[in-house]
Amino acid sequence: MTKAIYMDNNATTPVDPAVLEAMLPYFTEKFGNAASRNHAYGWEAEEGVEHARAQIAQAINADPKEIVFTSGATESNNLALKGVAQMYREKGNHIITVATEHKCVLDSAHYLETQGARVTYLDVKPDGLIDLAALEAAITPETILISVMAANNEIGVLQPIAEIGRIARAHGVLFHTDAAQALGKVPLDVQAMHVDLMSMSAHKVYGPKGVGALYVRRKNPRVRLEAQLHGGGHERGMRSGTLYVPLIVGFGAAVELAVAGMTEEAERTRNLRDRLLANLTGGLAEVQVNGSLEHRLPGNLNLSFAFVEGEALLMGLNDTVALSSGSACTSASLEPSYVLKALGVGDELAHSSLRFGIGRFNTEADVDRVSERIIAVVNRLREMSPLWEMHQEGIDLKQVAWTAH
Amino acid sequence: MPYSDKVIDHYNNPRNIGSLDKNDDSVGTGMVGAPECGDVMKLQIRVNEQGVIEDAKFKTFGCGSAIASSSLATEYLKGRTLEEALEIKNTDIVRELSLPPVKIHCSVLAEDAIRAAIADYQQKQKARAHDAAQQ
Repeated sequence: MTKAIYMDNNATTPVDPAVLEAMLPYFTEKFGNAASRNHAYGWEAEEGVEHARAQIAQAINADPKEIVFTSGATESNNLALKGVAQMYREKGNHIITVATEHKCVLDSAHYLETQGARVTYLDVKPDGLIDLAALEAAITPETILISVMAANNEIGVLQPIAEIGRIARAHGVLFHTDAAQALGKVPLDVQAMHVDLMSMSAHKVYGPKGVGALYVRRKNPRVRLEAQLHGGGHERGMRSGTLYVPLIVGFGAAVELAVAGMTEEAERTRNLRDRLLANLTGGLAEVQVNGSLEHRLPGNLNLSFAFVEGEALLMGLNDTVALSSGSACTSASLEPSYVLKALGVGDELAHSSLRFGIGRFNTEADVDRVSERIIAVVNRLREMSPLWEMHQEGIDLKQVAWTAH
Repeated sequence: MPYSDKVIDHYNNPRNIGSLDKNDDSVGTGMVGAPECGDVMKLQIRVNEQGVIEDAKFKTFGCGSAIASSSLATEYLKGRTLEEALEIKNTDIVRELSLPPVKIHCSVLAEDAIRAAIADYQQKQKARAHDAAQQ
């Protein structure tokens, strides 16, 4: 039995074969500790690390000295928020972020609130973008950090990073962006965009899991962080711990590969995404796109199929295609997607949503096979749905008095 | 998410999907849950003159476990009297489908749907008797 088509590339990506090849020597041949300064085993490991550091810095127009390696974007986000909040607490205690950020940003912010920080969680517009005027209005003399993700993991929406950077810079507030989903897919330039801190992840861009980085600006202004991991003083004292050299080498290779092909790949995945959308809206009624189509990662799509539930959909699809859903039944917390909620989509349509992440290894044939199967499963589930039946009868579901348990 | 074979079977081959005429005097209709919760079950029974459920149909908006729970409920109902139907417990459904703890609420909703359908049928009979007495 063939494996299902993998179309969940916002969840994670396979390691590119070229990346794996770059990593392998560092497991058994060049296995030294990069911090061993006194022998060739250490020197060659360090060389691998520094090469990767340069590849990543190059990708975002930063200096290699500004790249701190971590275990992933979750750690980078924790380091950025907590590191800044703790270092700059004499200057202020107010942080501005957005309701649709990844849980690791939101949860770090909640933690900082228990430690005395004040946090503003900006709302988003129905298309998923923040209101720049609202951002500027939220800034106070106590604001020390603005954190807004470059691309959203659920709806793929791209925030106006350059404009946010300009506003932050004008008010002397540090600007952090979680670029885990954006790196290698859309252009990023920390100078042009006035970004002071940027979180990055390897496994979203065809690199290995377990490694990420944080860009920390050194000039204009110099950003300082309170380390969250103490020890040997690695990464200029910002993140102690022996570097996982093979993962870092893979990370660098993955980023360089992604950036080299970015323009063509963006066009290719955008065309596939648009084809998927056209197939589905052509074959089904009551399909809604969640989040702006214009300001969006090229390969991402998030759709609600009214009157059918997400987990039931995935159950009928999982032998054909791997996807995820914003339905409560598919989440660990049994809550529907808070990102869709922030868009004002409504819980019912959140339960009916599917997220598609088209990637490097997806083809037109994949898209056609997937759309064909989705149309079949949605139709079958609608035949089984009392809500679809009521809709067919012309009943307005919003007027019904439901007897929720 | 690991589903039991029985849940998968009910999902792929649901028993008794469909609708009965809700205006028919011998039909009881139960509609429970809410779209915002991600679970809505419509369960209908047709009861004959002897008080035996001769047919049951369902439609469900919900996950695979919810679909399986309501499908199983219609299987249990057919051939039972109303008193016997009221003996059906959600735990019977949990056991039969091997539902994990996070899905137990699906079986509870199915039990609610059974009771709602029976209550609706009984309400109709009361109204009929009342009308007959009035004449």
